[in-house]
Amino acid sequence: MADLAFQGRVIIRGQVFGAALVSPEPLSFWGGYDWRTGEIIDRRHTLSGSNAKDKILVIPFTRGSSTTTAVLLEAIRARTAPAAIITTDTDFFFALASVVAEELYGLPLPLVALTASDFAKLHTDDEIHILEDGKVIVHRTE
Amino acid sequence: MSIVARMAEMSDAKELLDITGAHIDSTVYIGEAGLEFAERLASLGAKVAVPTTLNVSGLDEHHWQEWSVPSEWARQAYRQMVAYRSMGTIPTWTCAPYQTEMRPSFGQQIAWGESNAIIFANSVLGARTERYPDLFDICCAITGRAPAIGLHLPENRGGEILFQLIDIPAALQESDDFYPVLGNLIGKAALDNIPVIDGMAVTPDEDQLKAFGAGAASSGGVSLFHMVGVTPEARTLEVAFLGKQPIQTIEVTMNTLRASRRELTHTDDNQLDMVVLGSPHFSLAEFKRLAPMLKGKRRHPDVKFLVTSSRAMTQLAQKAGFLETLDSFGAQITVDTCILTSPMLPAEIQNLMTNSAKFAYYTPGLLGKKIAFGSLEDCVNSAVAGKIVRDETLWQI
Repeated sequence: MADLAFQGRVIIRGQVFGAALVSPEPLSFWGGYDWRTGEIIDRRHTLSGSNAKDKILVIPFTRGSSTTTAVLLEAIRARTAPAAIITTDTDFFFALASVVAEELYGLPLPLVALTASDFAKLHTDDEIHILEDGKVIVHRTE
Repeated sequence: MSIVARMAEMSDAKELLDITGAHIDSTVYIGEAGLEFAERLASLGAKVAVPTTLNVSGLDEHHWQEWSVPSEWARQAYRQMVAYRSMGTIPTWTCAPYQTEMRPSFGQQIAWGESNAIIFANSVLGARTERYPDLFDICCAITGRAPAIGLHLPENRGGEILFQLIDIPAALQESDDFYPVLGNLIGKAALDNIPVIDGMAVTPDEDQLKAFGAGAASSGGVSLFHMVGVTPEARTLEVAFLGKQPIQTIEVTMNTLRASRRELTHTDDNQLDMVVLGSPHFSLAEFKRLAPMLKGKRRHPDVKFLVTSSRAMTQLAQKAGFLETLDSFGAQITVDTCILTSPMLPAEIQNLMTNSAKFAYYTPGLLGKKIAFGSLEDCVNSAVAGKIVRDETLWQI
């Protein structure tokens, strides 16, 4: 049992708890995220086949298509989105989807950025608690 | 405006700047949320403040019934087309807006969505846009303003990673399939950095640069590249890096190129149901190259041959007489959309082939189908042969 804590930078405020799904590889949600199910469908991605619904998705940033934002917005509306997303910097594509989801549905998606070195310490299946102030608490069963 | 202001604040912009053009990627129909957003804007009477082109939509407005598009889906996608058209936009319905009369000029401040259009406008034309997502592009178009950040500012446009071509034969560099392969390689390695490509032995044409950019913007998050001696902000290596040192140098060899070419193929046999060309949308010059290759030939009866393009380019190709040759070959044309943005392909089509890195990259995930990558000539030869055939000569050196 181990607890780690990192101070993240709040991009979109929120308090959530969930299991981490981690990859060092960027992801395009268009062609990469099935908003009907939450499955990662980029067949060349390390997370291909995993389901990110209600997970804390930990990826450095988005790549590829501008449509990533639209896909994430659909997922938020369909309740198939990750519970929160942790990145290494402000990702404009995720941030916009969260802002629009708040405007349209009152459902902002919490977003936090960690430094690259803190980011690298997260593992898939870590239990992660994100606090309102951007603190990321990691509970790991070893 | 509140969305523009909030995003500007979030990205630490000191101010907003005036834009003089926009390209809207939000036209792509994904589902209810995107449609609700579009119809909300339209019902509020939103109008664009600057000349604004529209990206592909979810259906070929006049021909979708010839394909497998579900009618309920078509109805929704059409509502989205109507909503964006009502905002005073120019209904170009193309992912290659830089090949319309709305082509931006050097130094022009614009807000563009669509990854391949962003990278082309920035790199090949020297226009200035950030990598904008769907839904934000339309907010900028309506307000005529964008956050003064990133690639809008000249000091942020310098190269970051140097890609040095090592012993890549000129004959391969002249070949059209070199560019998507190089783009795929560089996007994957550069991620969201600005790559500078040095060591070109030839001057690629516009459609080769378009194919390169689409590849780099699919496998990576690249929105600007410099090609030394080719693109307008890269007269020399020093200029491309704005006098700074590269943070990393990566050698591009025949070995790494061959690996990238293999990655673009996502199948392990030579079965073929359909050849698909035109991502980004086919240009007049591409129709002109394709037509003579098809002359006097006919596709295999079991293989469909599809070209996706814009209405405007297709009309020009028709006037130029290219479409008769395509028709005799048995080719079909779809406009306004493509196979990735419209659920148009019937279920029995499982094995595709393309010359586009973008189609190759996204098809397995978005459509769950197999795809092989080859040159334009390989695609034509395969469609005639009824199976995937590729000329390996240039790649074996």
